[in-house]
Amino acid sequence: MARILLLVELKGGNDGLNTVVPYADAHYRQLRPALGVARERVLQLDERVGLHEKLEPLMESWKARDFAIVQGVGYPGPNRSHFRSIEIWDTASSSTQTLSEGWVARAFEHAGRPKGPGVDSIVIDTNSLPVMGPDLRTIVMQDAENFLRQAQAMKDNPLVSDGGNPALRHLLAVRREVNAAAAGLRDKLRAAPAPAQEYAQEGPLGRELDLATRIITAQVPVVAVKIALGGFDTHANQAPTHERLLGLLANGLATFRRNMVAAGRWDDVLVLTYSEFGRRAKQNASGGTDHGTAAPHFVMGGKVTGGLHGSYPSLADLQDGDLRHSVDFRDVYSTIARGCWGQPVSFGQRQVQTLGFIAA
Amino acid sequence: MVSWAERRSCPARHLLSRATFGATPAEIGAVEAMDYTAAVDRLLAHWHPQALTAAPAWIGEGPAELRRLQQAAQAEAKEKKGVDGKPLKITRPVQEQARELRNWWVEEMLVTDQPLVERMTLFWHNHFTSSLAKVRYVPALYRQNELFRREAFGNFARLLKAVARDPAMLIYLDGVGSVARQPNENFARELLELFTLGEGHYSEADIKNAARAFTGWSIERETGAFVDHPQQHDGGEKTFLGQSGSFTGDDIVAILLRHPRTAELVCEKLWREFVSLAPDRAEIKRLAAILRTGGYEMKPVLRAMFLSPAFRDPASRGTLIKSPVDLVVGSVHLLGLPVPEKTQLVRMMQGLGQLPFDPPNVKGWTGGESWITTYTLLLRQQFLRRMIEATTVSSMDGNMTSLRPDRRADRKAPAPAEGMPAMEPPRPVEGRSLRNASEAKLGPTLAGADPVALVRTLLPRQPIDQVETGKAPGAIVAAAMLDPVYQLK
Repeated sequence: MARILLLVELKGGNDGLNTVVPYADAHYRQLRPALGVARERVLQLDERVGLHEKLEPLMESWKARDFAIVQGVGYPGPNRSHFRSIEIWDTASSSTQTLSEGWVARAFEHAGRPKGPGVDSIVIDTNSLPVMGPDLRTIVMQDAENFLRQAQAMKDNPLVSDGGNPALRHLLAVRREVNAAAAGLRDKLRAAPAPAQEYAQEGPLGRELDLATRIITAQVPVVAVKIALGGFDTHANQAPTHERLLGLLANGLATFRRNMVAAGRWDDVLVLTYSEFGRRAKQNASGGTDHGTAAPHFVMGGKVTGGLHGSYPSLADLQDGDLRHSVDFRDVYSTIARGCWGQPVSFGQRQVQTLGFIAA
Repeated sequence: MVSWAERRSCPARHLLSRATFGATPAEIGAVEAMDYTAAVDRLLAHWHPQALTAAPAWIGEGPAELRRLQQAAQAEAKEKKGVDGKPLKITRPVQEQARELRNWWVEEMLVTDQPLVERMTLFWHNHFTSSLAKVRYVPALYRQNELFRREAFGNFARLLKAVARDPAMLIYLDGVGSVARQPNENFARELLELFTLGEGHYSEADIKNAARAFTGWSIERETGAFVDHPQQHDGGEKTFLGQSGSFTGDDIVAILLRHPRTAELVCEKLWREFVSLAPDRAEIKRLAAILRTGGYEMKPVLRAMFLSPAFRDPASRGTLIKSPVDLVVGSVHLLGLPVPEKTQLVRMMQGLGQLPFDPPNVKGWTGGESWITTYTLLLRQQFLRRMIEATTVSSMDGNMTSLRPDRRADRKAPAPAEGMPAMEPPRPVEGRSLRNASEAKLGPTLAGADPVALVRTLLPRQPIDQVETGKAPGAIVAAAMLDPVYQLK
């Protein structure tokens, strides 16, 4: 059976070095004399790396071996612009190529998904690029009940023409999408049970995860749900902000896991975090970090093979002060497209390196 | 049905729909009576650099003072408990100032006598972005807004120089902590990528060197004013865009102003904002040449743009999507709806994806088709239905008693002047539906317009759904506003 991807965007560029900490590396202490995470505040995963202590809620998943950490994820010729780099991640392009369709939509390019009324992916965030494309029917919503009520009030008229005006064409297409999606969602979402465990209410992440949980437990036949957590662009005074965000993320994902287990759906989902880039290895003078390159990312799910995957980029061999990536993000995507949806997609890679984080 | 063919002869509505927040029949009529070129010249001719709306009281407060107030409020919030034992909600000064600042600008957009100046102020806000979420020192954002209004159609070179020293910008892009020992690249990167050259016209080394040149520019902790700390400046040799010297920030700005891409990038953005989502390379180059050779004066380039064949082409009418600010401010203006309390309008703009003073990131609002998603389209319709339900004129003309009493401090309902009877023109009143009341009269902005004129005022092109012109005026306005075409300009 096809699995559902829960895509979690960490907006602003998460500092991978202070998330999965190379605590035993002397170079780490040199690069981050003040900002480095102290050894006693690291949850050691092996003799070299460990999680920031704020990620403690994820240890339950780590011990259950359904939490994989893919280290050193990035791409060649890294771009340090937020907008350009997230576009690269969202579309699975190379850094010299501009694509307009999202990688999840691209994975279904030849899958022959149904075209009629319905919904294939739901975005509970403002950035919907990863799932945008002609092969997926996507809707964006913040709250289910509002969506359904408002859709009812906006009727469709299938016989109209846009007169060759692209803006109007877009408006009419969105209107049709709303009507089609609402028809498929109404009964299912209203009947969905509340999550077994309530989400923390601090910030929008809990609300987003709550809706994602209901969508999945209500058996809405989507291939992906996208949420986001913002605030990772920590150029100045990074520590308190970053720690708060890591805590929110870990609590939210740990609760999500428990809810999926309780609903008997943990084997059917796969959680993936991503972010436009990691941050510069060396701390800056403002107590923060500037835009960098490769970073570790999290994969969780009942059918995930937990543990560390890929290799941690060397801090002794930086390129212009930045980490060299050891895993290409398109290999992460290819592994998921095959393992989640049975879609063999290479995303333009000559040779796909399938990663071992999904159990065969 | 309205015949749309005749509309092709009327460019007045098109000009006003792009250069203002939307126009009433009277405003369109006034422009229609003029020669088109004269109408464009009039839009650009007289302008004053000050807002009409009185500035909030706290704009002179320095960051140190504000920090003290904020701490005092937090301490108070900790101590005080309500009767139920729960902590009292104390409004913190920063949040309260942020609310007042947004309300102030929305008020100005509604009352201004020069809407193109406000449009351009918003344009610069979306070009040289800064957000309250990051800056958190509200007076700096007010002063930045003043700068944008002062240069609304002033001079881009002067504006760019001022922005590089602007306290809100220095906080927003971390110039404040950027020192010779460790320069912060944030401002330098966005200066090149978003404010002047655009991606692909510089190297990472250019960013690093530009960052060094701006070191030492900071703000004074007590007053929040710009300050130059020469001892924190990296006076060493730098290579920037192929030139070398011991450059300062001003030198970097000067080099960027000599680069042809700077004018092109500004014109690309103007084109997208005012003319079309489809770039026209040749026209943008032509406008960029006008901007650059004219010493970066904005008026000639705006004039050339509004007079350009592409702008005036009837096929371009209704091809841009209204921004949330367009939709909210324009609808309130068009219906002549009194909204003493602006917080709800601001909240709607936020829901629709455009919270003034808080662009989503340094690139600003993407705009265009991205304004309309399944989520925002539904919310737009909900907003419009709410406006329509709130728009009938009370049958007791001029009687204000049916307006709800002011509950909030900033509901500044105009009090009748001393000794004057409270005789006001009829004003729309909340709670009576425009759609259902057959005897409904419209407010002064739309009253008296015939059905065909109403639809033509409200819509840039033929409606998609049926708008029956045989119905009562209120019903026609309601149908037109809920038509998808109302989202276009």
